[in-house]
Amino acid sequence: MPGFLVFPTHVALHLLVALLLPPLIPGLIAKTKAAMAGRQGPPVLQLYYDLARLARKEAVFSRTTTWVFLAGPIGALAAGWVASLLIPFGQTPAPVAFQGDVILFAYLFGLARFLTILAALDTGSAFEGMGAAREAAFSALAEPALFLGFAALAKATQSLSLTPMLLSHGAAGGRLTGPLILVLAGWATVYLAENARIPVDDPNTHLELTMIHEVMVLDHSGRPFALVLYGASLKLVVLGALILDLLLPPTGRPWLDWLGFLAGLGALAIAVGLVESAMARFRMTKVPQFLVAGILASAFAFLLLLV
Amino acid sequence: MSLYLTALLLVAASGIPGLFLRKRGGEVAAVLLSLGAVLGLAAAARVLLGAAPSQVQLPPSPLGHPGLLVLDPVAAWFLAPVLFLSACGAVYGIGYWGDGHPGARGLRLAYGGLAAAMALLATAAQALVFLLAWEGMAVLACLLVLTEDRDPETRRAGWTFLVTTHLGTLALFAAFALLPAARFAALPAGFAASGRGTAFFLLCLLGFGVKAGVMPFHFWLPPAHAAAPSHVSALMSGVMIKMGILGLVRVIAWTPDPPLWWGALLAGLGVVSGILGVAFALGQHDLKRLLAYHSIENIGIILMGLGLGLLGRSLGHPVLAVLGFGAALFHVWNHAAFKGLLFLAAGSAVHAAGTRALDRLGGLARRMPWTAAAFLMGAWAICGLPPLNGFVSEWLLYLGSFRALELSRWPWSVALLSALALIGALALACFAKAFGIVFLGEPRSAAAVAVHEAPGSMRWPMGLLVLACATLGLAPGLVAPALDRTVGALGVSAAPLATLARFSTLSFLGLGLVLLALLLLLWLRPKRTVEVSTWDCGYAEPTARMQYTASSFAAAPVAGFRWALLPVEHRPRLRGLFPAPARYESHVADPVLDRAAAPGLRLTARGLALLRVVQGGQLPVYLLYVLLTLMFLLLWMVL
Amino acid sequence: MSPDLLIALVMLTNFTLVATSRINKAIQVAVAQGVLLGLMPIAMGLGRHLHILAMAVAAVAVKGWLIPFLLRRAMREVQIQREVDPFIGYTASLLLCAVGTGLSLILAHSLPLNPGAAPPFLVPAALATLFTGFLLLVSRRKALTQVVGYLVLENGIYLFGLLLVEDMPALVETGILLDLFVGVFVMGIVIHHIRAAFDSTDIRHLAELKD
Repeated sequence: MPGFLVFPTHVALHLLVALLLPPLIPGLIAKTKAAMAGRQGPPVLQLYYDLARLARKEAVFSRTTTWVFLAGPIGALAAGWVASLLIPFGQTPAPVAFQGDVILFAYLFGLARFLTILAALDTGSAFEGMGAAREAAFSALAEPALFLGFAALAKATQSLSLTPMLLSHGAAGGRLTGPLILVLAGWATVYLAENARIPVDDPNTHLELTMIHEVMVLDHSGRPFALVLYGASLKLVVLGALILDLLLPPTGRPWLDWLGFLAGLGALAIAVGLVESAMARFRMTKVPQFLVAGILASAFAFLLLLV
Repeated sequence: MSLYLTALLLVAASGIPGLFLRKRGGEVAAVLLSLGAVLGLAAAARVLLGAAPSQVQLPPSPLGHPGLLVLDPVAAWFLAPVLFLSACGAVYGIGYWGDGHPGARGLRLAYGGLAAAMALLATAAQALVFLLAWEGMAVLACLLVLTEDRDPETRRAGWTFLVTTHLGTLALFAAFALLPAARFAALPAGFAASGRGTAFFLLCLLGFGVKAGVMPFHFWLPPAHAAAPSHVSALMSGVMIKMGILGLVRVIAWTPDPPLWWGALLAGLGVVSGILGVAFALGQHDLKRLLAYHSIENIGIILMGLGLGLLGRSLGHPVLAVLGFGAALFHVWNHAAFKGLLFLAAGSAVHAAGTRALDRLGGLARRMPWTAAAFLMGAWAICGLPPLNGFVSEWLLYLGSFRALELSRWPWSVALLSALALIGALALACFAKAFGIVFLGEPRSAAAVAVHEAPGSMRWPMGLLVLACATLGLAPGLVAPALDRTVGALGVSAAPLATLARFSTLSFLGLGLVLLALLLLLWLRPKRTVEVSTWDCGYAEPTARMQYTASSFAAAPVAGFRWALLPVEHRPRLRGLFPAPARYESHVADPVLDRAAAPGLRLTARGLALLRVVQGGQLPVYLLYVLLTLMFLLLWMVL
Repeated sequence: MSPDLLIALVMLTNFTLVATSRINKAIQVAVAQGVLLGLMPIAMGLGRHLHILAMAVAAVAVKGWLIPFLLRRAMREVQIQREVDPFIGYTASLLLCAVGTGLSLILAHSLPLNPGAAPPFLVPAALATLFTGFLLLVSRRKALTQVVGYLVLENGIYLFGLLLVEDMPALVETGILLDLFVGVFVMGIVIHHIRAAFDSTDIRHLAELKD
């Protein structure tokens, strides 16, 4: 399998980052928000502690639920891991790259969403059903923005594989051109929407009626809930890599590339924290407009590439 | 070829012994049909694995032309799902529509006949045989739709189906009459570009499009699929509508030089069918109608593939042709597998609960876990989610559309790309709704409480179809050589699919996904020791009726497609501080049938009613007409 | 008997049929007409063809025995003797019949038919009989008289058939005969049911069945 296990060190690093790093990101975001609010805030490693605690706890199940309830967290995390194999971290190629992996990447997130929605509906709760309906509707708008961005990059790089698509930009030296900025803007909306962040969704809200993602996982507890939390943080890293790969310049030195990537992840987390501190969540009716703006940005990027 | 003919006879005659048996007719029919299917699949497999196409000459018909059956790769490719799915359906029918049901004997007879007609159609290489099989398929399918003819809805569905399908057949008659020298084989160069060729293609598109359920000729499909018994719906949706695709594939294979607009039209129709099909599915409240609209969506995806392939041929990019045709043909198999599975699973749920209304069901997964699992696998596959088979064909289509971006100057294929992405997201929402509302949560009515798991004879066929979905999804490389041969028959010679698409890596990742999920499951150790009620967010007495309904789940996307769906709402008017109990209703009517065809026909009927003065009911008056006609003719001859 | 004499008799029966109000008599006359026509091939000297002979015998048997038997039984059942109050009166019918026969003579002359060896009045007689049959069907309202009209109509067709008798396959002739028999048979059943349903055999009641 060419392209697979070519650089053993890099692959090992890639897997380690994908496996261990994710819970750090929500901690960084929370710390940023606390700092902006003038509070001490929870430790940066809080999610690691939470996961360890949840792994020891017994899970409580609703009488209404079936095995589908567990398929949500399991499927979402498994899909996230497989997707993390397809995306390059920084300037190092992804462990698995082949023509068309970009579609598999997007559809793996679709799979995660499908199973999460079903797990929410499995509880029979009106609130979780509501969250599921919102997730389904909003993601239908996030999907075209993601795909149009891919189309623009595919047209520009003549490739259908994430690694060359995302990395050949840096190599070409033509960074931060007009189309690229528009793609980044489109994907930023996707990033915020898919990760259930302000201004699309508020992960820290206390009213179930206003939630999207959080309300869907209300009934999870113990180890399944640990998977949910870990899966969400993995998503922050994997989708974050999508944006960082376009932004980061190649340095020519692998260790510097890695360092840049890790710093970039941290910076992205801080940026998300800043956005969350500065903005409020949109009204539900405004969310589709925000996502359509993302679609338009990606579409314009595509159009700009044609002329 | 003798293998195939034996299979044909066995399938066609599978319902006959049951006519004379007091009981166990279903079992006999299933055994005969399965035997025939195994033989026929062996014949098809031989051709698909590289054996030379075989043919058989039928004795000359009274009209002169000798019939010709050819088992070539295209025929074998379409024959395989027909036989596989009809065997699954026949076994399912034992438990689903046993001897106690009205018309069980007739149903089995017509079911075998329908399967045989389609098997014959796949190999028909002569116009008369083709039309005979086509018409036989239509009439038998109509009889099957009318199984429950006591229900006025069913009669209406059957009537709509009969009229529409005959309109399509009429178009085919006209189209075949236009063929140069009445040949039913490769067309001469230049024909496609001529005016005659244009008329031929448009008539074929109408005739085959009606059968395939392409928007806007789809309107017979949802009522017919909803009214038919579920294994018949599975057969109709899984393979019968594909016979329209078969027709188009044959036309494509015959045409050496398709004009550019052929492919563009097909792709455009595909985009419209795909998006509107899934949008209408979202608006449905009836489980089987929802599935039927998804058939329209999937036909749209297949048409996009065919259109892409044709455009690739016209533009001189064989890579696009291979990917487009490959995606379309592979999707024919995949759709047969998962749509058959979905209809069988839906049938077993509907059978148990006695209603098709989504908002009256709920919580079936606890009482019928096997059926629920089968439906979930079908939903998983139809949404095109990895690692099941629906993903692979959509992936090929994506690959083709992305390659088209590189190869051609104009970014026309971005329309296909965005359509596919939108269809994918909406299908996901729709099946989350269908599965979630029907199988998950709490039962919404007493009917949904008193359900029972389907008997083994109904579960096994579903299991077989799940296996087919999983195999095609996890190991698409297995069928790639056969797919290459079939694509090759469409006048494309380029690199084999396996070099264009890395099936092996896909399989590897798919298996990895399954393995990771299993590992996580092991880690979870799901012992359900503590069971409580669902967290009710502080509300004291939640009831099953407070759950999200299918209508509310789909409300946002339906509102987004308001311009096309034109949902009808009946809003109550609330007055005063303590308004009386009121009800709110909304439904999505079919635009073509309910807004165009039916009112149009009613208007015509009213106009024609004026002529009924002539028909007074008086016998002497009728005879007077005859006399006057006779006199007129005589005088006309004389003068 | 010469064919001309038979044809003249047939024409006479036509006039008798439209003029009579007694159903029993109408049946008798129609039967007589049928028998006369049955003899026609023999009178035309076609008796040497075995199949024509057989056909003639069959025609006489059906028209002379089987059909009157069925009709009389039907009459007994419904107990009606007369056709009262027809749509077109007897005198007017007679006049129309005369006009029809006259027209037939003119038409037959100018029709592009080749009578060949057939008697010269065969075509006019056939047309006149056809016309009479139609007249009866249109102007009478009792179901039994309708059957008689149908019989006469068929006789007209049979006369036409004689033009081609040497070329016409026996199968077609048998078919016509069978058709006639089934027609009368079915009408018998219909008459029974009209009576059972409406307590009358007036065919005007059939209009009530219109949707």
